[in-house]
Amino acid sequence: MRIEYVPAAEPVSRLIEELSKLPGIGPKSAARLTYYLLRIPEAEARALAEAIIAVKEKTLFCDSCQNITDTNPCAICASKERDHSIICVVKEPLDILALERTGQYKGLYHVLHGVLSPMDGIGPDDLKIKELLQRLKTGSVKEIILATNPNLEGEATAMYLQRLLSPFGVRLTRLARGLPVGGDLEYADEVTLTHALEGRQEM
Amino acid sequence: MARPRVYKTEAIVLKRTNLGEADNIITLYTPNLGKIRAVAKGVRRTKSKLGGHLDLLTQSSLLLAQGQNLDIITQSQTIESFLPIRSDLWRTSCAIYMAELADQFTAEQVENYPVYRLLQTSLLWLCEADSSELVLRYFELHLLSHLGYQPELYQCLNCRSSLAPESNFFSASGGGVICPNCVRKEQLVRPVSTDAIKVMRFLLRNDFSSASRLRVSPDLARELEQMMRAYIHYLLEREVKSAGFLDRLREELTL
Repeated sequence: MRIEYVPAAEPVSRLIEELSKLPGIGPKSAARLTYYLLRIPEAEARALAEAIIAVKEKTLFCDSCQNITDTNPCAICASKERDHSIICVVKEPLDILALERTGQYKGLYHVLHGVLSPMDGIGPDDLKIKELLQRLKTGSVKEIILATNPNLEGEATAMYLQRLLSPFGVRLTRLARGLPVGGDLEYADEVTLTHALEGRQEM
Repeated sequence: MARPRVYKTEAIVLKRTNLGEADNIITLYTPNLGKIRAVAKGVRRTKSKLGGHLDLLTQSSLLLAQGQNLDIITQSQTIESFLPIRSDLWRTSCAIYMAELADQFTAEQVENYPVYRLLQTSLLWLCEADSSELVLRYFELHLLSHLGYQPELYQCLNCRSSLAPESNFFSASGGGVICPNCVRKEQLVRPVSTDAIKVMRFLLRNDFSSASRLRVSPDLARELEQMMRAYIHYLLEREVKSAGFLDRLREELTL
């Protein structure tokens, strides 16, 4: 006789199911995380749950730069110490974190929330391009740095923006492409090396 | 097909999708294995020694190791990066369209060397061609032909009589031309001009070096494009997504 299969208790299996919807988490990892969460103190579990709710309820897109923020305009756009005449255009909010970590950039940002990807049906209307054009109409912007990723789709997006933005008469720049620190010349591809040669600098 | 644990192949990158923290699943078209999907570890890190050699639409020489599920790319070296395509938005979009077609029309691990050659040479032509549209039509027609969907352009699909230079019709479901005597009202057909039939015949018969000398009026180019789209749409039973972007770009570029 077959013994009837007994699934995990309902709240447990529900959490497993919810966790397995997260990117990179399969059913096995989800089950492991769930049984870990079962053992932590209630206060910790509550803090996690509240953090998840807060991130949904208390964040919004900054009207100006489209970054995810809890104040509108966001801290960067509202800052008086920053140079409001330079906008750095990036693909996603995570890119801002990376650029901010350098501590070298003092201008503002604009998040496109994606890049052109014709194969996936992502076109110009799916990106925050209209919002960028709107910002340019105020006339206070002098330079736009296109900081999309240096791959085919990022380049295509940069070229598309270049065409749209050049009539505004602002200075358009593209982040330099070249060799990474700690990299190895022999493994560099020809496109990178070509750009690195073109952009070589006086010592 | 049994593959050795570690094997070497040439490939053209058709598609990249993110996987995990910094990995990619890369769809490749290879000369001897057809379309395959493989994992490239860590390619999204800036210091990746694979990354630059595996960008979309790069032709590379690869070393792969068999994995549990998907194979893993362990080494890569660019053969051709098609730079003129990369530095021009219109050409980039045309190339993406070709990659999408190749991806949509082929099944994994079905060898088709002519398709690989076609993809490679079409990308090279796209680098230098004056008329990128002609490259696209050439690619479409030959791709369909290599896959067994070559349209019938000499005889009427129905009565088998040779086509006369009159107002004929193209039937996507039949995969060819129907003469005015056989066309019945209920069939989903579109009128096709004699010039369009001639251009398609010429593109199918010749290699691109002679086909590139062809001069096609903008109206005829539109007709050919619309007809091929309708045929491809019928065969795939879905839209080719990058075609929409091509249309939009053309509109904006002519403004």
